[in-house]
Amino acid sequence: MYDFDFVTPASLAEAAAALEDPEAMALGGGQTLIPTLRARLAMPSKLVSLAGLAEIRGICEDDDGRLCIGGATTHGAIARDAAERFSGLAGLAQRIGDPAVRNRGTLGGSVANNDPAACYPAAILATGATVVTHRREIAAGDFFQGMFTTALDEGEIVTEVRFPVPRRSAYQKFEQPASRFALVGVFVAEMADGAVGVGVTGAAEEGGFRWEAAEAALAARFDPAALEGLSHPAEGLISDIHGDAAYRAHLIGVMTRRAVAAAA
Amino acid sequence: MGEIAMTVNGKEVAAEAEDRTLLVEFLREGLGLTGTHLGCDTSQCGACLVHVDGALVKSCAMFAAEAAGREVTTIEGMAGKDGTLSPVQAAFRDQHGLQCGFCTPGMVMATAALLQEDPAPDVPRIRAYLQGNICRCTGYHNIVRAVLQASGQDPDRALAAE
Ligand SMILES: Cc1cc2nc3c(=O)[nH]c(=O)nc-3n(C[C@H](O)[C@H](O)[C@H](O)COP(=O)(O)OP(=O)(O)OC[C@H]3O[C@@H](n4cnc5c(N)ncnc54)[C@H](O)[C@@H]3O)c2cc1C
Ligand code: FES
Ligand code: FES
Repeated sequence: MYDFDFVTPASLAEAAAALEDPEAMALGGGQTLIPTLRARLAMPSKLVSLAGLAEIRGICEDDDGRLCIGGATTHGAIARDAAERFSGLAGLAQRIGDPAVRNRGTLGGSVANNDPAACYPAAILATGATVVTHRREIAAGDFFQGMFTTALDEGEIVTEVRFPVPRRSAYQKFEQPASRFALVGVFVAEMADGAVGVGVTGAAEEGGFRWEAAEAALAARFDPAALEGLSHPAEGLISDIHGDAAYRAHLIGVMTRRAVAAAA
Repeated sequence: MGEIAMTVNGKEVAAEAEDRTLLVEFLREGLGLTGTHLGCDTSQCGACLVHVDGALVKSCAMFAAEAAGREVTTIEGMAGKDGTLSPVQAAFRDQHGLQCGFCTPGMVMATAALLQEDPAPDVPRIRAYLQGNICRCTGYHNIVRAVLQASGQDPDRALAAE
């Protein structure tokens, strides 16, 4: 690992100031960044730790009834503390990696990293959540911009994600057994106004996306049977040693039906 | 570079470390506690698991500086002062839950954390909880038996119920 200075800011403002340095990088739970540093795939001169910032940790509700989850909240805390209000999201968090990863890894780190096989993008897209930074608010549809690419500018900190809470929801993940990331993951959410969101992850090079044809079918009738005859095209999906595009397309259908059944 | 102080296995310790020093390096090289193993470069194997303030963490995916001032427990802290094995360690021995032993420190630390959360986990829960612990030798079956024994359950009966 290349050498760097490790700084622990006492406030979000201090963290933001430290990240003005173009050579600096934020450190969330380190579950992705530390292995990356060990592989010498990144060489920041300064790491700014966000883990200690109480300001951006924890879960609360805003005036619109949205669940607001701090960027430095761990997957484990989400699995535990969102279970009552948003069981679909808690269930998703509970299946990320393994217990030790969930004890350290954070929502903000995962969202900022935008791994094409990460779990949260499916839920953020399906519910139309808003990603909040210390500078602005970014709508789900504008935030994810392709593999490992987001709307975030240099030094921008994900402080919170605001989730409209669905009436019912569930996440189903077909695990890539070696990495435990999603080979295909699907989050299905029936929102308070009856609209349905279907967020897919793991399947496409450019990362998470919404399956709009399934959304329309499920808005008409929220039942696995409503998806009969509907299949996702294989075009544009990932083909690799773990599964080809046709297999992933098939899994999208299976995971969507299972998610609807689990949510119903 | 600076001195990092923390409590390890109930003892206050301090050692010089660089900012980039991983907790696992601090434990092994700084303190000579080589029971915590380093089994991979990708934070996927679980051989390096320790408890930090009671929570299970990968010491290869945390900097020593992040553990400053906190309480760390390693495999060396599991047995009694006179060498008496903890119930989890004894169960791994009794059930042949190890062969080469490389993964065992991580398995024991994960099991101890699981039993804190759930004193009598069923077999699916045990297997799910140990997903991040890779073992090249045992085939896992005897590890599951060891966790059952450590939690006071009869391994034969619990597995027959599966
Ligand atoms: C064995 C293993 C299995 C895993 N399985 C899964 C899985 O099944 N599903 C899944 O979704 N993920 C999985 N992960 C990834 C895990 O969820 C990581 O925790 C997550 O991707 C990164 O979060 P972090 O807090 O650890 O961020 P870090 O590793 O600290 O940082 C990652 C990136 O985000 C930046 N960053 C961190 N926090 C912020 C912030 N608040 N604002 C802006 N930028 C920030 C960093 O600068 C860095 O570029 C797995 C990881 C491991 C090691
Ligand atoms: S050494 Fe493999 S997970 Fe830490
Ligand atoms: S006993 Fe050899 S790796 Fe588990």
